Amino acid sequence: MTPLLKISNLETIVHKGLKPVRVVNGLTLQIMKGETFALLGESGCGKSMTALSVMRLLPEAGEIISGSVKIGGEDLLLLPESAMRNIRGRRISMIFQEPMLSLNPVLTVADQVGEVLQQHFNLQGIALKERILKILNQVGIPDVPNRMFEYPFQFSGGMKQRVMIAMALAGEPELLIADEPTTALDVTIQAQVLALMSSLQQYNGMAILLITHDLGVVAEMAHQVAVMYAGEIVETAARDQFFRNPAHPYSLKLFAALPGKKKREKGLATINGTMPLLSREFIGCRFADRCDHAWDLCHVSVPEWNEVTAGHQVRCHLFSKNSEYRVENPVKKVEISSQAMSAFQAPTSNPQLLRVTNLKVHFPIHKGLMKRVTGHIKAVDGVSLTIPQGRTLALVGESGCGKTTVGKAILQLIPPTAGSVQYDGLELVGLERKKLREKRTEFQIVFQDPYSSLNPRMRIIDIIKEGINSSDIKFNRGMSGGNPRSLISEEEKVDTLLQRVGLPPDTGWRYPHEFSGGQRQRIAIARALAVNPRLLICDEPTSALDVSVQAQILNLLEELQNSLGLSYLFITHNISVVEYLADEIAVMYLGRIVEQGTVDEVLGNPRHPYTQALLSAVPVIEFESKREIIRLHGDSPSPVNPPSGCHFHPRCHHATSICHTIYPEETAFSPTHITRCYLYSKERNLPHPQMQK
Amino acid sequence: MPFKPIVLWTDALIYLLLVVIVFFVWYVRSNKHLLEPWRRVGHSTSGMMALTLLVFFITIGLLDTVHFRSAVENNRDTESGTIYSAEVLSLLDVIATPLRTRLEKTYSAPFATHLYTKETIELSDGKQVREFPRLVFGGANLQDPKTQFTADFASRAFIGLSFGIFIWCICAILLITLLASMGGHKFSETLSIIWRNETESPWKYVLLTLALIFSLAGTAITLSAHYHILGTDKVGQDVFYQSLKSIRTGLVIGTLTTLIMLPFAILLGIMAGYFKGWVDDVIQYTYTTLSSIPSVLLIAAAVLMMQVYTETHLELFDTIAARADLRLLFLCIILGVTSWTGLCRLLRGETLKLREMEYIQAAHAFGASHWRIISRHILPNVMHIILITTVMDFSGLVLAEAVLSYVGVGVDPSMISFGTMINAARLEMAREPMVWWPLLSAFSFMFALVLSANLFADSVQDAFNPRIKTSLIRIGKSRQGKQGNKLENKVVVSIIRDSTSP
Repeated sequence: MTPLLKISNLETIVHKGLKPVRVVNGLTLQIMKGETFALLGESGCGKSMTALSVMRLLPEAGEIISGSVKIGGEDLLLLPESAMRNIRGRRISMIFQEPMLSLNPVLTVADQVGEVLQQHFNLQGIALKERILKILNQVGIPDVPNRMFEYPFQFSGGMKQRVMIAMALAGEPELLIADEPTTALDVTIQAQVLALMSSLQQYNGMAILLITHDLGVVAEMAHQVAVMYAGEIVETAARDQFFRNPAHPYSLKLFAALPGKKKREKGLATINGTMPLLSREFIGCRFADRCDHAWDLCHVSVPEWNEVTAGHQVRCHLFSKNSEYRVENPVKKVEISSQAMSAFQAPTSNPQLLRVTNLKVHFPIHKGLMKRVTGHIKAVDGVSLTIPQGRTLALVGESGCGKTTVGKAILQLIPPTAGSVQYDGLELVGLERKKLREKRTEFQIVFQDPYSSLNPRMRIIDIIKEGINSSDIKFNRGMSGGNPRSLISEEEKVDTLLQRVGLPPDTGWRYPHEFSGGQRQRIAIARALAVNPRLLICDEPTSALDVSVQAQILNLLEELQNSLGLSYLFITHNISVVEYLADEIAVMYLGRIVEQGTVDEVLGNPRHPYTQALLSAVPVIEFESKREIIRLHGDSPSPVNPPSGCHFHPRCHHATSICHTIYPEETAFSPTHITRCYLYSKERNLPHPQMQK
Repeated sequence: MPFKPIVLWTDALIYLLLVVIVFFVWYVRSNKHLLEPWRRVGHSTSGMMALTLLVFFITIGLLDTVHFRSAVENNRDTESGTIYSAEVLSLLDVIATPLRTRLEKTYSAPFATHLYTKETIELSDGKQVREFPRLVFGGANLQDPKTQFTADFASRAFIGLSFGIFIWCICAILLITLLASMGGHKFSETLSIIWRNETESPWKYVLLTLALIFSLAGTAITLSAHYHILGTDKVGQDVFYQSLKSIRTGLVIGTLTTLIMLPFAILLGIMAGYFKGWVDDVIQYTYTTLSSIPSVLLIAAAVLMMQVYTETHLELFDTIAARADLRLLFLCIILGVTSWTGLCRLLRGETLKLREMEYIQAAHAFGASHWRIISRHILPNVMHIILITTVMDFSGLVLAEAVLSYVGVGVDPSMISFGTMINAARLEMAREPMVWWPLLSAFSFMFALVLSANLFADSVQDAFNPRIKTSLIRIGKSRQGKQGNKLENKVVVSIIRDSTSP
């Protein structure tokens, strides 16, 4: 069988400064018809550049210098640009990562899909309209005849991605390139989109080149997997082979870096160092500097392709037939030092460090000339939670459910509308600004985006000193025993902090743009730690980072908790991070907590239908375990006008009449495990949930 | 004492500005991280060339700022001692005394030896003829202009050019010696490094620009001793002298107006964006109202009121210069008060965006005061906008002055400025034959001034804005194609590394 797409020895460079950056270096792969080929790798490894090279849509500075890209025997790199236009969208289409940016906001959805049809099939009038209808129906847009004439802003994120897919499919392509198609989406929406893609694939028999960094998505979707590192493929295998027996040390590290329940208390494996600059000349193996198993040969000779089993190839000297270096199990189990574990004893005096009761944050909607308040966005609508000293509470929910607002309202960065936030027995809501400022150093926040959370015009040392300087309190509390405040002690303190978060002290003199995402996040953590907080609110601190860097940050957070006794409110949508780090978990939906309990209780035995759906939607790597994904239809409703009764009822499979009218009360399964659902309520006189449909 | 120093209002403000700049330079020099972007400015070729030209203009402007009244010789013994002339002169006036004092009768073209208009001349034999009379000063040394002019012009131009190049050589040697002692190299080594353009700052191009300026200036000075190199205006005043005098007026309007406008714009703009709510409403309504009044009318009203006041209170001003100067200052103030709205709106928008940034939220979480957040987080991050607007406004204001002078509400008629020159040109262009040189000289001088300011601003912006690193890289790339200059490339490499790392 001839492959549909065959890339051989593709070399793409980007002209940037003195030396060209070799973003893709000798890449060879082939994709069969009807196959999903996953290109897996961390950011900056050249995945997207490969895709753009195939489409010949490289940025201005990019250039393909050698190799061939053949689709059905036709070499795309030899075609003139005018012929390429008939390939793009017709034989190869592409879905981009950000659905919000990929649609033109001033054209209706029908216009944008129709553009492809006009270009490639020369359809007009009624035929065109019918075709658009059919395609949009195919991707699962509800009420197509009306909605097709709406503009992209009237669609939700998941729906926009569906429209993107519809546009890509309109030309009935043989190959679909999906560049991180679900990264910007929530897990429940991600599950919908992935399911849509695989069902369409079965229907059309097209091949998919799936570009992703998410091992879970790969496990769910792919037939073939290729792992990319620093511009080249280091391992390629069928999915089952890859997940059962990953061979390359880099792939192994990626697996080891994944957080999860089993790795609690053990720390995550991390990859030393960072990805090498691609502008540099490589002599040996590209991974050698970061590899635990590297030996002399790795640094001087480029490894060839070695076969592990049939169809499973790896580019590593460990598997070379004529290599003298043979070990029984070439990759030893990653050992993780468990020092500093439980070094800290939580003080028993005040176990509840933070107590939030019935917190509400409503944003008024102003309209008209006089800015009358016409309604409220109920971002947070009655949230209660407690965090004990030295423990971690994870706040889980999809985007837009108000979890970040909870974090900011606790810190009084957004004034709460109602409710109380008691920190260490002190009521923070309505506290005078002056008193609040004195207290502020004790609770700090780490933000999601490490790029916008550091002032680009300040040196690292100034950023870290910021907290010390801006609060007029005696910063020495607990650190060096009331020394007079002086410049030297401040700088020493900054140095210790930088070391504590794993950065060399000389970083202090540099500016944020010189650091990578992971390093910036460390700096942000160091800044928060500078004022000796007791509570740290981590607002999705790892969601912008790669898996290996995420592992470093999670390890750091865990170690800090153990040595300093910090309490964390961990806001995230990533369930595996929760499993790894949290003690307790609260699941939020549309401004309210629907289920709350310890990690084992909630994740092991989820009760609320939303929690169940959320957990089942998370792509997992252990694909042997047959699990059924509970598909939620539709998107989260708007918090401006939440559904009556239980907010979840429009999407719930178990909803009954009472769910439409009254919000359910709490039901307790254990002293810690609480949910709000009529399925378990005494007021309910209905049969068992599983019986309902 | 042979003279009495006079400090006019604008002079005082310029001195103040100088002190501030000196202090700022000293502060930047003592802070390595603040110095770094300025170093990058120093590495930009166009920026340094523009700066060289700008320094030349500023020098002329400063020479024109040192004012005094010279003593008048009096025969009578008076109790008050020396009497000073009512005419306020500047250092530039003294240097350019020949230009200032050699007045012709009326228009004459550049390098002309005769007037531009025919006059009835009475010959020695009593006959009257209509012809172009000889100029009193321009080319007065020539017996027969028709035959002698070319030779005289060439020899003088050559002398001037040589003189300029001689001065340039001295400057270049001094500069290279200084660089050699700073770099720890020998003189010859430094020279060859500069010649191959391997220095961090493009000294080669600075020297080339200096060579151009000095040779032009040398030629102009020598020639202007015997000719009106840019002609004369209606009252026979040398246009070259007028152009030189206009530089100060332009600089004053451009810098002082910005200085007056900046506090309004920065404070109100950031306050509106940062505090939002009613503060924002009040500030927004203020600038919306202000910008909906036609600003020319507002300025005209204010300047006319000012004019009436000065004319009814003549006793307040000892000299005409003081009166003209106060009018200039008042013009700066009124231009400043009406022109802050644009920058204010820009800053408000940027602050609205910045205040939601996570590092500002982090600062709130530390309990930082509002003042601290504004001064340490917001202000440095809008600085590039302020810088760019300031320089863009500079050119706009020099032009606005011209427009206002055209309407008749600009600077005092006794004060020479590009505006008054252009205003006069309005009638001159309509003459037949056309009098084109005052407009052309005003245009060229203004063009050079504004262009060098804009080019310099561009390189400052490139160096200060962390978001536009790519353009620097592109410069590095194109340069690398032409010559492999190692030192400069090192800088570029480090920038590339910075931008590729995240």
